[in-house]
This record gives sequence, structure tokens and C-alpha cells, in this order.
Amino acid sequence: MVELLRFREDEPVADPALTVDSFSDQSNASAVRLEPGDDARDLLPFLDQLRLVEINFPSFGDGRGYSAARILREAGFDGELRAVGDVLVDQLSYMRRCGFDSFAPEKPFNPAGAQAALSRWPQVYQATGDGRRPIWALRHDAQSNG
Amino acid sequence: MYRYDHYDQAMVDSRVEEFRDQTRRRLEGMLSEDQFKPLRLQNGLYLQLHAYMLRVAIPYGTLSGAQMHALADIAGKYDRGYGHFTTRQNIQYNWIKLDEAPDLLADLARVEMHAIQTSGNCIRNISSDQYAGAIADEIIDPRPYAELLRQWSSFHPEFLALPRKFKIAVIASQTDRAAMKLHDIGIRMVRNDAGEIGAAFYVGGGMGRTPMIAPCIREFVPVDQLITYSEACLRVYNRYGRRDNKYKARIKILVHELGREKYTRQVEEEFAHLLTQGIEPPLAELKRIATFFADPPFETGLADDVDRSDPGFALWLDRNTLPHKQPGYAIAVISLKPVGGIPGDASVEQMHLMADLATRYSFDECRVTHAQNIVLPHVRKADLFAIWQQLEAAGLGAANLDTVEDIIACPGLDYCSLANARSIPVAQKISRRFSDTGKTAELGELKLKISGCINACGHHHAGHIGILGVDRKGTENYQLLLGGSEGDDTSLGKITGPGFDEDGIVDAVERATDVYLARRQEGERFLDTYRRVGIDAFKEAIYG
Repeated sequence: MVELLRFREDEPVADPALTVDSFSDQSNASAVRLEPGDDARDLLPFLDQLRLVEINFPSFGDGRGYSAARILREAGFDGELRAVGDVLVDQLSYMRRCGFDSFAPEKPFNPAGAQAALSRWPQVYQATGDGRRPIWALRHDAQSNG
Repeated sequence: MYRYDHYDQAMVDSRVEEFRDQTRRRLEGMLSEDQFKPLRLQNGLYLQLHAYMLRVAIPYGTLSGAQMHALADIAGKYDRGYGHFTTRQNIQYNWIKLDEAPDLLADLARVEMHAIQTSGNCIRNISSDQYAGAIADEIIDPRPYAELLRQWSSFHPEFLALPRKFKIAVIASQTDRAAMKLHDIGIRMVRNDAGEIGAAFYVGGGMGRTPMIAPCIREFVPVDQLITYSEACLRVYNRYGRRDNKYKARIKILVHELGREKYTRQVEEEFAHLLTQGIEPPLAELKRIATFFADPPFETGLADDVDRSDPGFALWLDRNTLPHKQPGYAIAVISLKPVGGIPGDASVEQMHLMADLATRYSFDECRVTHAQNIVLPHVRKADLFAIWQQLEAAGLGAANLDTVEDIIACPGLDYCSLANARSIPVAQKISRRFSDTGKTAELGELKLKISGCINACGHHHAGHIGILGVDRKGTENYQLLLGGSEGDDTSLGKITGPGFDEDGIVDAVERATDVYLARRQEGERFLDTYRRVGIDAFKEAIYG
């Protein structure tokens, strides 16, 4: 079973992730944990020093963390973005699309199930900054090439 | 109409396989019902009172003949021989078995259809004007924009766990036939002073227990920023919409609590940021989509005369057809409201017939309306009599479009696990009453809408006459509302007073219509008379 699924080459950050409140008091911390009610944009002045942002999903049905992840990536954050909490395999591919590159689910994944979920979608309809070219781009590439 | 390319087909096929795998894991006990529920909901599968209900998406209500045939086949193969067309231009099947649902979705995928995001807390099927591409008053066909939004909203990774469901409608006429301002986002395509096409955004409308009419938050979004602006509206909602109370989670509450100005400011800030992110499809994509909605090859030089010698046909002609933008053609509406029938229901045989008529007489196209009827959008006037004869023979010839018999009703307590009261028997009794008394034609346009609970799936707030079923100390009780409208002059109905039992509400409706007949002035519809004389005259007659 997989307890930490990671799509990065660098070493995982060993420091515990601080809450946003205690992070603001400790200027040298490199890991912080966002709760659904926190504003991801409060972290933007600190992106250079951050190596890990954990985004907590207390319940899989609360989707605020998806927007938080995209906001951090759109601002240029290139450290580790980890989904923690009630993270289920059926959300994996969408989380990847929003910029998450590691997953520490409360209940470990079955590796085959996680692999199947991640390889489910042959293409995507939207541009989300994850580097995948959306279908509309592929359509018009194909037309201009041929 | 739009056709899938290999990309669209691969996405829908992948979704079928994903759901097959999820269903297997559920049946094997690997997924709990709590975990499975949002997955099945995003594939249109509800657990109702007696069985699973499956809702199939009909994007902007448009169907080909082959698709309508497939819907009929599904009704025969997986249901009990009926389909139920809904107020969001979709179709529902009420007797589905969970283990057969993946096969059903595979059958749909074969005709370029799906049930993706027809329920759950996500962006739902995009609805539109049922007369798009056929009616003279539109500035442009709204469906290419709806299709662009359909693709953008399908599997949008950021917006699959919203605070609540999210409904978008797109129209392109001054006349609103899609209840646009009663959607989470209503979009009206407009032309600016420079002659360019753009979109006016109305955000935060809705029905439910707190009905609200959407305010316009931007008069003109350039057409090459449509997706980016939509994404900004959704992101602000996803971040700040309430999640503490299911009944306050729709975007209308956020817009109401923040105020239009503050919500708009947040959207504009997010929009300015997102414009730098390159998320907008190129105009070439919109152009590609628009080619699918080009006019069919209309014949020219056709006569506009129709032989009216058959009185039954003449009645249907006057009531159920509308002028078409092309000379010699008409828009024909098939009423799914036979007197005493279930609003929006069609049998396997009726669906096959409608499919055949669409193929033979309407360039292989038909539409579902939010009033639960079916449109043949492009019919030669010379063919109307033959069409009517075939409809009559199949029990589909009711000449009652937009009359008191053309009732919108939710499934109610006969099917729905949320309902407090039955809707269908009330609709049946009302249409029988007015058919028996012969007053239907005299009453003219009268929109009557029934919901079996406060969630308002039957749009009771927006009916000229609305009926809301409630549970009163364990018995079904019906409240009467007057003065709602979903058109250009959108308004919300007011409750007249204490509720009624099932027979009482039928009498109350008749008394309200008698006030109209007694007090109307030349050319007034029920709604106009109501607005002029006020609710008291009606209350007096209803409660004596």
C-alpha cells in the first residue's frame, strides 16, 4: 500500500508543516499546511523560502484545496505541493491537473488502483498550467500541421 | 448539430470505463456508499425511493434522430418502457439497476451521448434556447458557445467539488425562453455598439428554497474571453461559497451576502489574473464548433400557405407551431402533456416516432424544451399536416402549448426521495379539469408549474400559477403561488395564503382563472391581469 505517492526527484522535506498562523511568526520555516479556510494568496510573499505546501482535505467533498493548489502554481511556486487528509484515488488525476505533485492520504492507496486512476484520461479539455496540452490546442496543431 | 471527433469520443469512452471500474469496486465493497455517492452522482445516478434514477445529458437540448432512437432503446432495455424529459432539457430513467448502469452508459457513448455531471456538486449540463438556429429574433446561434462551455466544464479538475450544483444557460435573444436569470450563471450573447459579439453575464440566480433573480455583473465579455471569465466566476465561488449549510451553498447566497458589487470586484480581480494564464481556447476552436451549427440546406421558394380545413389540425397549427426564420418553414412543438398524462413522459414507441419525424421532416434534429416538450425545429409548412396526423395517431397531438394544460411538474413523491408531496396526480387532475370545462383555449397563455418540495425542480416560483407541495403534519398539502414568470420580465410568484389538499388545490386554481376571465382587459394574459389588479382580488375569490 502507498502512504506517500510522490512525483518529484528531490528529497522530501523533513520539517513538519506549520499552520499558516504559526508560519507567519517563524520566518525561516520551509513547510506550511493550508486548511480549507486559509487564503493561499497569503503565502505568495513567501514562495521563495517554501519547499513544501501541504493542502489539507478534511473531507473529500470540500474542493477549496483545488483552487488553492492552482493559485500557488499560477504564482510560480515550484516546491512540493502535497494533498493530505481525505484524499481518494478517484480524485488523483484531477489533483495532479491542479498542480499537486505528492499525496499523503489518510487511508493508504492501493498502488494498482492509483496507477489506473492516473492513466485514465487520454487527453484533457482544459489548460490548467500542468503542462498538458488541451484538446483544443491539439485540434488546431493538427490542422495547422496538415 | 455538433459531432464528436476522436478526442471527444475518447473522453466519453474513458468515462464509461472509469465508471465501470468504480461500480465494480462499489459492488465488491472496496468503496463505501459515502465514497461512491459523489462518483455515481457525477455520472447522473441517483438513489431514489424505489430504484436508481439515471439522468442523461442532452447538451443544450439538441438531439439527432439516431440519438432519440437510442434513448428509446434504452427505455426499453433498461427501464420499463418510458423516459421522462426534464426541466433542464435532459432525460431521466426511473427504474435503473446499478450493475447495468455501466452498460447503459456504453450504449449512450455509441451515439455520442453521456450522463457526465448531470448531478453532483459540479457544473451541470449547459442549457439553451430550444428554438436556437430556427427563430428569427436571435442575434446569433447560442449553441456554439454552449458547446465550448460544455467541453470546458467537462471534468474541469478545479470545479468537481463545488459547494453545490452549478447550472449555466446560454441564450442569444432578447426574448428569454430558457429562464436564463434563474440560473447560477445566465449568459446572453449580445452585440456591442461596434457590432462585435460578446456575452452579458448574469450571476447568482436560482430557484430552490431561496429563489433569486440573477443580477447582471458584466454587460460585455469579449467572445475570446468567455471561458476565462467563466473560470473567474467559478473560482471565486469555489473558494468563498458557503459550505457550512447545504441550503445556503448555492452561488446566489454568496452573491447576495457579498453584494453584487463585491462579488463582481472579486471576479474582475481573478479575471485579470487568469487572463495572464493562457486558459482561453483560440477563436479557431469556436469557429470549428460553429461550423456544426450552420443552417441546414433549406429549400427556397416554398409557399407559406397551409390548408386549415381540418379543425383539429388548425387548432394544433395555431397553438403548437411558431414562425421560422426561413420562409416556408415552421417550428413545430410536440406536446408531452396529453390531458391526464404525466408531464414530460414518453413511451418507447413515442420516442421512436419522434426520432423518425425528426429525421424525415426536420433535417434529422429535434430539441427538448425546459417545459418538457419536444421541438421539431425546421419543418416545411407543407409537411405539417402529415406530421400532425402521425402525432395524433400516437397520442402526441395535444394542441396545448403554453396553456394551463402544458404543466411543468417534477417527479414528486411518486419517485423522488426528496419530495414532500406528489406532483403528478395534481398535474393530471388540473389538466383534466380544464379539458372537461373547455376553458383551456379561452385562458390562452397560462404557465402552471408544480414542485413536490421546496427544492423547486418544477419551477413553481416562476409559474404564472405555481403550486408547491409541502408536508403538513404528515399529510400532503399544496400552496398556491401567483405572478411568477421566467421570461424577459422574470418575477417570483407570491403565496396566496393557507394551503389546500389535492382536490382543494384544483378548485383554487380554477377560481384564480375565473378571476382572470372576469377581470381581463383586451389582449391581457393571466399574468398581465394579475399584475394589474394585484393579489387581493384573487385571494378574495380563492378564500372567499
